[in-house]
Amino acid sequence: MSQTVIIPTPLRRFTNGAETVEVEAQTIGEIFDQLEAHYPGIRARLCEENGELRRFINVYVDGEDIRFLNKLETSVGEKAEVSIVPAIAGG
Amino acid sequence: MSYVKGLKCRICGTTYPVEPLAICEECFGPLEVDYDYEAIKAKLTRDEIASRSKTLWRYRELLPLDGEPKVGLQTGCTPLVRAERLAEALGVRELYLKNDAVSHPTLSFKDRVVAVALSKAREFEFAAVGCASTGNLANSVAANAAAAGLPAFILIPDNLEKSKVIGTQVFGATVVPVRGNYDDVNRLCSEIAGRHRIAFVNVNLRPFYGEGSKTFGFEIAEQLGWQAPDAVVVPMAGGSLITKIHKAFKEFERLGIIPSAQTRFYGAQATGCNPISAAVKAGTREISPVKPDTIAKSLAIGNPADGYFATGVIAETGGWSEDVSDQEIVESIRLLAETEGIFTETAGGTTLAVTKKLLTQGYLKANDRIVVAITGNGLKTQEALSLTSLESIEAKISEFEKLVSARSALAA
Repeated sequence: MSQTVIIPTPLRRFTNGAETVEVEAQTIGEIFDQLEAHYPGIRARLCEENGELRRFINVYVDGEDIRFLNKLETSVGEKAEVSIVPAIAGG
Repeated sequence: MSYVKGLKCRICGTTYPVEPLAICEECFGPLEVDYDYEAIKAKLTRDEIASRSKTLWRYRELLPLDGEPKVGLQTGCTPLVRAERLAEALGVRELYLKNDAVSHPTLSFKDRVVAVALSKAREFEFAAVGCASTGNLANSVAANAAAAGLPAFILIPDNLEKSKVIGTQVFGATVVPVRGNYDDVNRLCSEIAGRHRIAFVNVNLRPFYGEGSKTFGFEIAEQLGWQAPDAVVVPMAGGSLITKIHKAFKEFERLGIIPSAQTRFYGAQATGCNPISAAVKAGTREISPVKPDTIAKSLAIGNPADGYFATGVIAETGGWSEDVSDQEIVESIRLLAETEGIFTETAGGTTLAVTKKLLTQGYLKANDRIVVAITGNGLKTQEALSLTSLESIEAKISEFEKLVSARSALAA
């Protein structure tokens, strides 16, 4: 099970500038675990101390907001594209 | 000269230099422009403002440019209309409409934010601009980019009103309809901005862009004779405008330009997309996103980035928020047109319908001085209305008299 994670600009200093990262996981939570293992410190940017996703971060699995799915427990299928996107103004 | 000290995170306070940056690297909070208010206070007075030309640049010390404005030079200073016939219909004493339905050049308040954002894009020496939009911003970015000679990339949901699409294409912009809603468009724009050097006004230029909305509030205070109203009713999509009007009054108060501002802020949404009003009514600041389904497409943002701050302003000022049905929206578009001769789009219908509802509920009082924010023009959302189909007559006076005989106006 491999997935592609799109890394937003503010987090690319953790990924040595990489725009995308390949992971193998079952859930969003596991993806975060793997990101933290490879890029120590990145989890604290994504999640509050209590483990919840930070307020101004949106995470999408194949375009669907995980808050409409199962939040950090949302399962991710083979070849899923996971986007981490900062909240953006209206228009 | 510039009065900007830098950018500052609204959540954790981390500071950044003036760059095309919108998001805090520490906590993902939005960045905001930080001004040197002491220096501004020494310069900006009522007389100074009043002596300047009637555009939004009369408040330029409170806008985040380093040099002279370059785009949108004629924007701003729309009418504040004392709405006596509408006030009578609603049973209130003093009602005003801040009418950005006649904003230059594209008939919505978005001309304000775009004037600032594209002037800033020129300062940052971007060679291309763009936006994610529900329509009005698309129109304004495309028009102002054309006038500035900048190529524009405009991303919109693929279900927008025809007038809003034509009113973007005509300026020669690259218009990209995206299958999905505004939140999908937003996500894509953010990913594009991460890879290409394009000034997306509401993505990487967001801190500067948002400041343009303050001029809507500055003008209200100036037009009321240098004072803030008792209550203001504002449509909410992403939730930014209501916070910026609040900021405008607070800045004027801080600079001594107006007396203490005690304005209560009321937010208006459509029931088919009400994440902010639902939060207010549930007594929380936290927003749960929704999937939009409403004719008020300019307000159809299910995941409002400034929702958390909008609920904060509403709670802090003792305001409230409501939402209304599509039918109520249409009824209020007609009420405004028939009482005041102003044709607003669905967002304006939403705001007026919510004003009515808040009066009925007692949140707004009959003796309040109320300002209703009319942010867009009805010619852009004609699909929302289904008026009586008209019957033509022969060019004979008898036919005319027959047709209108039922109407008492002619009998007199």
